[in-house]
Amino acid sequence: MSSIVSPIRRPLIEGNKTYHDITEDICAPTERAPSLAWIIAFILAVTFLAIYLVCLVITVWGGIGTWDLNRTIGWGWDITNFVWWVGIGHAGTLISAILLLFRQKWRTGVNRAAEAMTIFAVICAGQFPLIHMGRQWMGFFIFPYPNSRGPLWVNFNSPLLWDVFAISTYFTVSLLFWYTGLVPDLATVRDRAKGIRKKFYEVASFGWTGKAKHWQRWESLSLILAGLATPLVLSVHTIVSFDFATSVIPGWHTTIFPPYFVAGAIFSGFAMVQSLMVIARKVFDLQEYITLEHIESMNKVILLTGMLVGTAYLTELFIAWYSGYIYEQYAFFNRVFGPYWWSYVGMMSCNVLAPLIFWSKKARRSIFITFFMSIFINIGMWFERFVIIATTLARDYLPSSWSYYSPTWVEIGLFLGSLGLFFTCFLIFARVAPVIAIAEVKHILKSSGDQYIDKNSKHYVEVVEKELA
Amino acid sequence: MKNITYGLYDDETDLLSAVRQANAEHLEIEEVYSPFPVHGLDPLLGLKESRLHITGFIYGLIGTLTAFLFMTWVFTRSWPIIFGGKPYFSLPAFIPIIFELTVLFSAVGMVITFYVISGMGPGAKPVILDKRITDDKFCLVFDTGTDALSPSNAEQFFKKTGASEVYSKTI
Repeated sequence: MSSIVSPIRRPLIEGNKTYHDITEDICAPTERAPSLAWIIAFILAVTFLAIYLVCLVITVWGGIGTWDLNRTIGWGWDITNFVWWVGIGHAGTLISAILLLFRQKWRTGVNRAAEAMTIFAVICAGQFPLIHMGRQWMGFFIFPYPNSRGPLWVNFNSPLLWDVFAISTYFTVSLLFWYTGLVPDLATVRDRAKGIRKKFYEVASFGWTGKAKHWQRWESLSLILAGLATPLVLSVHTIVSFDFATSVIPGWHTTIFPPYFVAGAIFSGFAMVQSLMVIARKVFDLQEYITLEHIESMNKVILLTGMLVGTAYLTELFIAWYSGYIYEQYAFFNRVFGPYWWSYVGMMSCNVLAPLIFWSKKARRSIFITFFMSIFINIGMWFERFVIIATTLARDYLPSSWSYYSPTWVEIGLFLGSLGLFFTCFLIFARVAPVIAIAEVKHILKSSGDQYIDKNSKHYVEVVEKELA
Repeated sequence: MKNITYGLYDDETDLLSAVRQANAEHLEIEEVYSPFPVHGLDPLLGLKESRLHITGFIYGLIGTLTAFLFMTWVFTRSWPIIFGGKPYFSLPAFIPIIFELTVLFSAVGMVITFYVISGMGPGAKPVILDKRITDDKFCLVFDTGTDALSPSNAEQFFKKTGASEVYSKTI
């Protein structure tokens, strides 16, 4: 059978794979003993996780005084890290939901890992607002529950509370979406496993058998969850931007924030997916499933969102000047030339100038450039959040309260440690579950496998000629 | 207990033509299993479109109403407070949470419904006819306990339609 596929499409699965090969190749990383590269990475990640725990204990025990925040600068690395992690968490849903709605076949190679990345990034993000509350054991006060204080409710008009709802909904929906997609693949692993592993996958795969009706419901569910997750993912970073945009601080009080934050989130999220996939495809020997075609497609998204972000930066500057409002003008003058000028330079060079290299097809298809660019972009996007948060707060209305902020080692430890938390989760995931959606890759084999390309293009020409005649 | 005969096919096109053949011969198909969703199979099997999306809409509506009514009740009845000189009932400020809860209720409700109606969940004990069904085999099952179809007739059918393996089992 041939599928109708445009002849300009390049193959997404290389190496003349059969259905059985796909199962073997993708299940292999969960079945064989961990490789040396994995063990070294895991030890490193756990070390950083330990640093995180130490800094967490110090913060909880000693209070927020262990950080260098002051009366002027009340949000520093903590909220910067929060926004950065939430942003990274956006790519997974974008790849799996929006690209599913657009019927982009290349999503099948990367969606599983990207969704897992989303979940772990949101776990990391959620830590920071909680830690920075000061009295972390009172954290449950953010939920509207019947209490003995009246009941006194939370403020539903506050963007900070909207954030609570947005992040927790996003986490729940992403988790459900990811796991429902994972169930058929866990069943594949179950049917190959023996002994204790079999017991584990029997429970984890929920008794999936692959009945026609179940597949029909599963596809319907995936599509509707994608339809729900698409506005959800846009709403989440919009609401995160409301934390700033609804305030009265010059430099924060701007209507451009929601689209600007969403574009930035997609930008940094794709960069993180690239960092992970470039390594994962090598370590797990999956180059035939995560091909240069996939990497190039993601680099195109990075180029587009990078330019959106760049446009937003310049628009902000223009509007600040055009507003004729001196506080707004000063806020932006201060961002570019103030005491934190270096973070603005970091942001501009990493986010706006560097991605322009992806205009070149050669660069888009280069593993080396892609990997370094992805790291650059992640650094640049961290700087962006730092520029917005700390730089703006450092110079407020009253020059007498102007201040400067640099992190203590505890804050740095918390940030580096959260990377440890993220990578520990991701490395465990890569050992336990198939990192590529097996069923979905099999589903596109006949339209995107390299052995079908010639057959499909002949078929395509036939169909077109028949239509024209 | 049920006597069944099933055949394993190596390719989804073989499966599809076998299902077409079975329909032509008016054989009643018990079940079809596949390693991935086979498009074009549902109409041949006479499966109606799933109604999950309708439940999703209803759950979403419950979420919308829950969020809207609860916040309205809190701010106008339970404990009215003026925030920043705004009215007690300030609908625009409720919209983000209303939206989030709509999505949350709809997604959680639909996923739970999916697992419940499909009889799936942790601890479910499925009948696995062949371990390769989740790998690369496409399985067509006939109920051969009735008078309509005998196991040998079913076997003939499978041979004719190009099944690579045929088994009979009591489940």
